[in-house]
Amino acid sequence: MTPEVSDYRKQEESITLERLDHDPATGISSDLLTLNIGPHHPATHGVLRLIVTLEGEIVRDIKPVIGYVHTGIEKTAEQKAYWKVIPVIERMDYLSYYFNAMAYCGSVETLTGVEVPKRAQYLRVIHMELNRIMSHMVWLGTSALDLGAMSMFWYCFRERETILDLFEMSSGQRMHTRYFQVGGVMEDIPLGFEKKLRQFLKTMPSRADKFADLLENNEIVLQRLRGTCPLSEERLLDLGVTGPLLRAAGNPWDLRKTAPYSSYEDFNFKIPVGTVGDNYDRYRVRHAELYESVKIIEQALDGLPEGPYITEDRKYALPPRHELATSMEALIHHFKLVTEGFRVAEGEAYYPIESPRGELGCFIRSDGSSKPARVHMRDPSFVNLQATAEMCTDTYIADLIATLAMLDPVLGGIDR
Amino acid sequence: MPDATGLELIAGEIRDSAPGAVISTKHDRGRAEIEITPESVHPVVAMLKERGYTFLASLHGLDYWPDEPRLGVIYELLDMKTVDRISVKTRVTVENPTVASVIDLWSGADHPEREVFDMFGVVFEGHPDLRRILMPEDYEGHPQRRDFPVGGEEVIFTYNEKTMPGWTE
Repeated sequence: MTPEVSDYRKQEESITLERLDHDPATGISSDLLTLNIGPHHPATHGVLRLIVTLEGEIVRDIKPVIGYVHTGIEKTAEQKAYWKVIPVIERMDYLSYYFNAMAYCGSVETLTGVEVPKRAQYLRVIHMELNRIMSHMVWLGTSALDLGAMSMFWYCFRERETILDLFEMSSGQRMHTRYFQVGGVMEDIPLGFEKKLRQFLKTMPSRADKFADLLENNEIVLQRLRGTCPLSEERLLDLGVTGPLLRAAGNPWDLRKTAPYSSYEDFNFKIPVGTVGDNYDRYRVRHAELYESVKIIEQALDGLPEGPYITEDRKYALPPRHELATSMEALIHHFKLVTEGFRVAEGEAYYPIESPRGELGCFIRSDGSSKPARVHMRDPSFVNLQATAEMCTDTYIADLIATLAMLDPVLGGIDR
Repeated sequence: MPDATGLELIAGEIRDSAPGAVISTKHDRGRAEIEITPESVHPVVAMLKERGYTFLASLHGLDYWPDEPRLGVIYELLDMKTVDRISVKTRVTVENPTVASVIDLWSGADHPEREVFDMFGVVFEGHPDLRRILMPEDYEGHPQRRDFPVGGEEVIFTYNEKTMPGWTE
């Protein structure tokens, strides 16, 4: 199925995207221009550098250059006790910190065999889905900005602020909250959190409707998104692309459904999929995910079970403060955890979850000590970036900017 | 993940098609892993791809220092139809760190292979553009190796830019 072609695009059909070779009869010859975009360019969503070969306005080749914000977090993680790795791991993909922590904690929990209480699993789901909405808000705002829609940015960041306030309520931090711990979460949600969250859940779907009204009746947005830079499902799978980009091409692959973790099997939600996999589908899929995330949070909040919010296994979780004054055992555990941390038996684990950008997998090798011997994050942005060249070759440079926006790369995650 | 019997069946199939390729199999804490010799990586991975593990979920390296052979490369393969994961591991020495590239099987192996080369110095033969990806082009050494020191690299500020070797000239 090909999308309807607008009049503007029809005009462009007279222009051929074929490579022009020197023709002595007409005197037309093609010159290739190599243009450097970035690393400091607002349209690259971070410090991404693209070396683009242009023929006129048409992109012939793209070479992404990355590594400008490489901070060696994986190396740093090897120097720290397991539970002290969480704060640094969260700073990789700085828009989906709860997901980074979840992948890491899940991997450690697999290695140690720690049981996560049901309440903690639900609290994790609530925070992860809020984080997904927050990440999509940043994506929608900045992407619309790239397409020339200034006001979208303010509206999206308003919603994001509300979510950050909620994060601040539950953990004391707006970003990089260190809320997820091995075996559960740091603290239970405070009084008033539920009321504020319910208020947000009530307004969010109507706000998302309004975002759609603003964008989807906008001729410029439609012309720049519809039918631009599609890529087939087979090619995306070959390139390792997952997440909304793959779903936009019609493949309903979502780890929350196919391999549920953290009690995702308890919730009733749908996987939005696209049809042709163009930029418009990529936008639609992410936009539809906002509603699904709201639905998941509502169900998790309604069915939030009573019980502990972190494992009762004192070998892995800090004892509650009041126990320290009365229990010698608790004091010993506290001291051991804070000074050395817990030890993990030798082994390897790979724990994949569905982040806002695709499969986020955390690989950990433990060597029996209290520090991981290797932490590796399979970051979806890093892998998805490989698809840029294939999507944008032989299209206009303006479509490259739109595609980059719809690709939603986070450079902190790419460079780690 | 295949169960322990399923893993042995797959390992048996590999042994039939490539004798001597399988070094060991491990089924531990929800992870099925086959360790193979570095020479047999490409045929074994291609065979598993034919068998249904069509998606290369992740490709990463690790260092087993001080054990030998030190460097490891792990291929996390995924069968999307049955939602089944299997890990293929190979280990190479620092002296001869070569593994065949799987970029002809998955174009998406490009960035991960470059990352493993950058961080561990594993050379993927057949990779068309094996350059550093995260570290600067002129960087020396492979920082994720376990014997690579942490810290000790001078950072350029205005007060020490004159004394930083090779910076001002």
